[in-house]
Amino acid sequence: MVSSRTELAYNSKIEGEVVVSRMDAVINWVRTNSMWPMPMGLACCAIELMGSAASRFDIARFGAEVMRFSPRQSDCMIVAGTVTYKMAPVVRRIYDQMAEPKWVIAMGACASSGGMYRSYATLQGVDRIVPVDVYISGCPPRPEALLDALMKLQAKVRREPAARNLHRV
Amino acid sequence: MPATADVTTALREKFPHATPRPSLDHPAVNLPAAEVLAALQYLRDEGGFDMLADLTAIDWAAGVSPRFTVVYHLLSTTRHDYIRVATDCPDDAAPAVPSATGLWPGANWHERETYDMFGITFTGHPDLRRILMWDGYPHFPLRKEFPLAGIDTPLPDAEIMAETGARVIPAPMAGGPFVAAPGEINLTEAEPRAKDESWNERREKPDA
Repeated sequence: MVSSRTELAYNSKIEGEVVVSRMDAVINWVRTNSMWPMPMGLACCAIELMGSAASRFDIARFGAEVMRFSPRQSDCMIVAGTVTYKMAPVVRRIYDQMAEPKWVIAMGACASSGGMYRSYATLQGVDRIVPVDVYISGCPPRPEALLDALMKLQAKVRREPAARNLHRV
Repeated sequence: MPATADVTTALREKFPHATPRPSLDHPAVNLPAAEVLAALQYLRDEGGFDMLADLTAIDWAAGVSPRFTVVYHLLSTTRHDYIRVATDCPDDAAPAVPSATGLWPGANWHERETYDMFGITFTGHPDLRRILMWDGYPHFPLRKEFPLAGIDTPLPDAEIMAETGARVIPAPMAGGPFVAAPGEINLTEAEPRAKDESWNERREKPDA
């Protein structure tokens, strides 16, 4: 049914059919508020990641609730857990498959530094293979910490010149 | 259903090469590698030990002969009793024992893990590949001469290694390995920590 009350929708008369802003601000506003995560859940941190997405903590409040299991559709890889050397090339390949612009959150002690796994089998920090934007401490971090990291990442993205990311390696 | 003590006695009568093995918990026997499969089958079919609970190995260190011992833990699911069977690998340089996959299909991954960690070949195994480390990893990490921190090795993927410049590096140990203090009431004191805290990544280890 089509309503005749058109004023409920956007009224272009109010702003004279023109909105003035900076390109960077518009692009970054779009990027920060729908940052779709690539859930790289490798260990117990992934359970906290799931907790962050559930109703109590609700990562949807920050526009990051759409966990994409395809790297082609995601913006932000959340490395949640222990990265073994066997898994490291896979993590890097998935990162390579993500479309620009893309960001990485290293969630928890293991992803940040290898954590307690000072071992022949564990990559000593995922920043050895992918560029990390935000590190989260904790073993595992609380969901609040992940949300805080997401807000910090959003603040970082807002400061970025949007065009620069077109050339980011 | 015979009692476990009777089974071990009968086993030693049937396999004269079996010798008792020192054990603090369950009955245990040593067997030569050539007879171990027949003995395991006897324990499974006649002794009621229907489940292979564990299969692992011991490295007694380089220079010791026999160097490698393969250990089987069998469980009777009706008597709720265990027996331990051990066999020394005849060859120290290229250790090999017959595969138990024909008796218990569940031995498959246990033997792959034992091969992965100790380099013991299980002859007759249907698919003896590494299971934890990647194919092509050049070392056997649970052998005594392998350092806990690991050995510098290329990454499993040459393309990714060229792209990132990352390698498998010896992990920084910082006075480790980290050990817990058992029996400590104060849980902060009981936390795992390095025994020697006089050095770490930033401070060189003092000469002994």
